Amino acid sequence: MADAQSRPGVTLHPRPLSPHLSVYRPMLTMMMSIAHRITGVALYAGTLLLAWYLVAAASGPHAFAIAAGFMSSWIGLIVLFGFTWAMFHHLLGGVRHFIWDAGYGMDHPEREYLAQATLVGGIALTVLVWVLAFLVR
Amino acid sequence: MSMQPNQMRTDLRRVRYLGSARSGTTGSAHMRLTSLALVPLTIGFVWLVLSLVGKPYDVALHTLSQPLPAIFLLLFILASVYHMQLGMRTIIEDYVHGEHAKDWSLAASLFFCFVVGIACVYAVMRLSFL
Repeated sequence: MADAQSRPGVTLHPRPLSPHLSVYRPMLTMMMSIAHRITGVALYAGTLLLAWYLVAAASGPHAFAIAAGFMSSWIGLIVLFGFTWAMFHHLLGGVRHFIWDAGYGMDHPEREYLAQATLVGGIALTVLVWVLAFLVR
Repeated sequence: MSMQPNQMRTDLRRVRYLGSARSGTTGSAHMRLTSLALVPLTIGFVWLVLSLVGKPYDVALHTLSQPLPAIFLLLFILASVYHMQLGMRTIIEDYVHGEHAKDWSLAASLFFCFVVGIACVYAVMRLSFL
């Protein structure tokens, strides 16, 4: 670029830039890609909950009661529900990436189906696990 | 000055981040390996959590100190922290462009993953051996 600019007598046309989010029509595949990243970040932060639970269990009954108390509170349940969904969505998103890595599912109808399956499957598995959780409680 | 075959750059040029470090696909490969491991590990983790829901302290302690749940948890934790470290690294490299900001963010993320990983591993070991 710098070399071309310094060349005399050459008119530079602005090169085409890749369209950015603000000018891109929202699509399901793109939303699932963004959701994969966001759920990844959420799970990254959510490991603190697992660490808290395990360290509390290792610390003694008092610390465990505090951790278990938070996780069975309304806020705790909402956070854990979100964590569960993020985990299943990210898991299915990862499976989708494996399918792509193997060279399948990149054409138009297939990739739409995969995106829909990720979305629906993630929600369905989350609901299933929470129904099970309330049944075994 | 050693020059590898098909290598027009000097070593100095290469180490100044201007050439291949010959490790470009390592992160990508490890991301896929940890993903693969985490599919069964996550399903097992969900199973384990379901078995702990609503259980009192002594029952939870007993479950977590059994060999199979403990080994499973250790594998899940180690694969997870490595996987999430790689993922956060990708995100930081995508969005944080300032040289110092990027380096500090990467260091902070690495420390976070180590702290979470060591805390979980220590807790599981203590539950098993105490």
